[in-house]
Amino acid sequence: MDRYGMQNQIACIRRSLFDQGYLDEQFIQLEELQDDANPNFVQEIVTLFYTDSTRLIQNIELTLTSRPTNFSKLDDYMHQFKGSSSSIGAKKVTSECAVFRQYCAAGNAEACIRSFQHIKQEHAILRKKLEFYFQMMGQAAVAQTT
Amino acid sequence: METEDQTLVQDCLTENLDPAPIKDEYAPVIFSQETVSHIVSIDMMSGQQDLENILRARATGKGVLTSPFKLLKSNHLGVVLTFAVYNKDLPPDAIPEQRTEATVGYLGASYDVPSLVEKLLHQLASKQTIVVNVYDTTNASAPISMYGTDITDTGLLHVSSLDFGDPLRKHEMHCRFKQKPPLPWMAINASVGVLVITLLVGHIFHAAICRIAKVENDCREMMELKARAEAADVAKSQFLATVSHEIRTPMNGVLGMLKMLMDTDLDAIQRDYAETAHASGKDLISLINEVLDQAKIESGRLELEDVPFDLRNLLDSILSLSSDKSNDKGIESAVYVSDRVPEVVVGDPGRFRQIITNLVGNSIKFTQDKGHIFVSVHLVDEMKGTSDVGDKVLQQGLNLVQDMSSKTYNTLSGFPVVDRWRSWENFKMLNGKDAKDDPEKIRLLVTVEDTGVGIRLDAQDQIFTPFVQADSSTSRHYGGTGIGLSISKHLVELMHGEIGFASEPGVGSTFSFTGAFGKGEVSSLDSKWKQYDPVVSEFQGLGALIIDNRSIRAEVTKYHLRRLGISVDITSSLESACTYVSSIFTTSAFAHLAMILIDKDVWNQETVLQLRSLLEQHRKNCKLNVSTNLPKIFLLGTSMSPVERSKLKTSGFVDNVLMKPLRLSVLIACFQEALGRTKGKVRGKKMSTLGSLLREKRILVVDDNKVNRRVAEGALKKYGAIVTCVERGHDALNKLKPPHTFDACFMDLQMPEMDGFEATRQIRSAESEVNEKLASGEVSIEMYGNVSHWHIPILAMTADVIQATYEKCLKCGMDDYVSKPFEEEQLYLAVARFFESGL
Repeated sequence: MDRYGMQNQIACIRRSLFDQGYLDEQFIQLEELQDDANPNFVQEIVTLFYTDSTRLIQNIELTLTSRPTNFSKLDDYMHQFKGSSSSIGAKKVTSECAVFRQYCAAGNAEACIRSFQHIKQEHAILRKKLEFYFQMMGQAAVAQTT
Repeated sequence: METEDQTLVQDCLTENLDPAPIKDEYAPVIFSQETVSHIVSIDMMSGQQDLENILRARATGKGVLTSPFKLLKSNHLGVVLTFAVYNKDLPPDAIPEQRTEATVGYLGASYDVPSLVEKLLHQLASKQTIVVNVYDTTNASAPISMYGTDITDTGLLHVSSLDFGDPLRKHEMHCRFKQKPPLPWMAINASVGVLVITLLVGHIFHAAICRIAKVENDCREMMELKARAEAADVAKSQFLATVSHEIRTPMNGVLGMLKMLMDTDLDAIQRDYAETAHASGKDLISLINEVLDQAKIESGRLELEDVPFDLRNLLDSILSLSSDKSNDKGIESAVYVSDRVPEVVVGDPGRFRQIITNLVGNSIKFTQDKGHIFVSVHLVDEMKGTSDVGDKVLQQGLNLVQDMSSKTYNTLSGFPVVDRWRSWENFKMLNGKDAKDDPEKIRLLVTVEDTGVGIRLDAQDQIFTPFVQADSSTSRHYGGTGIGLSISKHLVELMHGEIGFASEPGVGSTFSFTGAFGKGEVSSLDSKWKQYDPVVSEFQGLGALIIDNRSIRAEVTKYHLRRLGISVDITSSLESACTYVSSIFTTSAFAHLAMILIDKDVWNQETVLQLRSLLEQHRKNCKLNVSTNLPKIFLLGTSMSPVERSKLKTSGFVDNVLMKPLRLSVLIACFQEALGRTKGKVRGKKMSTLGSLLREKRILVVDDNKVNRRVAEGALKKYGAIVTCVERGHDALNKLKPPHTFDACFMDLQMPEMDGFEATRQIRSAESEVNEKLASGEVSIEMYGNVSHWHIPILAMTADVIQATYEKCLKCGMDDYVSKPFEEEQLYLAVARFFESGL
């Protein structure tokens, strides 16, 4: 695939991420922060997010399975999680987190568990998509230099 | 010594007396006192009484009295006392015979009772106020009066018994006052007087005490009531404040969202809608503040501001706020400000807006589905006295003319309205009765005219009364609480103006009010009023043609265009427009003609095509360059669906559709778009400014979330700041302990262990400690890096924009907040405060 074709494809992928609601404007802000001084800023942040959030997910799962359910701890973790995901512009993940927090505030353990499943799902989907996106970017960068 | 003394019995002289008859015993008087010498040799036993007396005296050996009788010679009543004289001492128990035997003679005395009484009681008697009666009361039932006149019973009687020595006889003396004692008037009067006085005095005291008690009672009650009223007032204010706070909170959320919307890609009209929504939201918040002001109004604590403001922009925004409601109903709304009204006036824009919003709101409410609402502002001077009125709108407004052929009137929408001058005919200001004519003040007359249902004649007196509506069904049908007009009246009066109205049921209502404003300079305007300055000049010198069959409406459009510096011509039909255009083809006026505005009422597809082709033809004929712009054609409409609008736009008949009521901002945006000038992104400008502000500044970022830290760091580093990140509140404390080299700090609010509020509080207290020490000279300034006052700007990073958090931030010592996730403009605004260029 030639350079322009690749660029086109990448642009399409990116466009679709926004159009399908996976990412929001915050991601654009991150992209704007990327420049020659910070060439891989966005990727760095996303990787950081996934490392951090995996840890959080483990913690949340532990807390969810233990009885009696410690809602305040859950709320704290979810606050962190939501904060991180909104910082990178992960739109769907963030909104699912908001739903979780509502159920948590209402003290509904069942609904929390269900909601958390959604969160994990979205989290995983986005990860795949972003990984693919960065892969393509990497390939395009290589193609450019050659 | 034995003396024989006897009194006379009969009252005759000795010579006239007969010699005594022969009897067994005789008792002749041998010796007598000189005063009674006329009884010598009279036989005492000749008188019956005397005889009895003598015999008794002789028998008892005691003194014996006769009963009273008239004495000889003196003829006074008197009694005789007789003693028997014995020749030897008789034992006490001697029998009468013995006594008789022993008797040798008799001793007698007469008591001349009157003279006795008179002499004895000389003193008393002479007074003539005491009547003395002497009685012989031997026979108790038949007392014999011995002395004294007839009795007049005067009441008081003193009886004393007289003892002449005869146990057989009793005598009494009655003393009584001659006259009844007169009523002691003096005493009575005096005592009555004293009594009365005492009573009165007592009454006075009593009344005074009662009054004091009553007043004290009342006072206490009043104090209680006052306390309750004050408590109620406070409670009401608190309630209002709390309730409005609860409303403000989500409103701020809405405003935040709108702001974010405005930062996305929008075209001119969308942007305008978003901005109008944003402005509406802001207005709503200020309306809430006005609800709070109501309480102030009621307690008379309302004061007017004195700031310069732009009247025309204000009216634009008021009308656009209510435009959807009026457009939905199919009512046309317009605003017109006379040329003579200056650009800037000094007064209270908020209150002015409040009044007009209320009147316009009422008009919308009570106007059903036809007609117009027309707001016009003139100078009072334009109205006074002069017969020829310069302003066209005013002229037409003062003369309602009906066009017979089309059955329409020369008003904004063609529907009849009430004579507007009737609404101000009672104004003192206009009748010249206003004594103080301050030349420094600008007096404005604002009129709000509508073609609504009107106000019933019997309800017209009461409309300015608070909480009273035209009738009970009004609030059911039309809604509202009925306070608006009373508040407006109060505000108008505070502006030294008057408010009045004229209304006819079935025709409409026209409200007018005057107000005094100060003169203002254009340069003194607040920045929010000045938005259009740099842009306005770009249309200067352009020409426009308005095609509208209603002249007032055309004048309104002309007014808006004139504000942009565009010169305007008006024609009333498409045909005449074509004629006009053709006539100016060869003149320079055509070159300046940049736009043609056609009102929907005269819109006719074919004729417009004609016009278009006319223009095209001209261009061809003049061999002008294709790129020379033809005048743009705009359609002016009131209520049109977006579908209709876009259809017209895409069909190519018009370049754009302008919705009424016209707003300057919309006009500018549309003209810019049509004439090929766009605003462009303003972002780039802001970015470079942000960079220069933050360059080389040392910033501390405090957040427990790794991702957030990284993003914040990245954002700040981009602008050249030197960023340090810490994870916990404690670490922040250590880093920000004076002396340190940081210029600012971004602090996350929700952190475990120590949250942002607590960390800030501790930082501030540490700073104030150091500041105190420095001020008191306890420590030298060199020890603290030559900074005399430590106060690092701390900005909170928060995910929610709710007011409550903001206030809490301020309370614990933070300076501002930015919302997470970081947004460039916000960052700029927040940071600009602390790093003004030059620091």
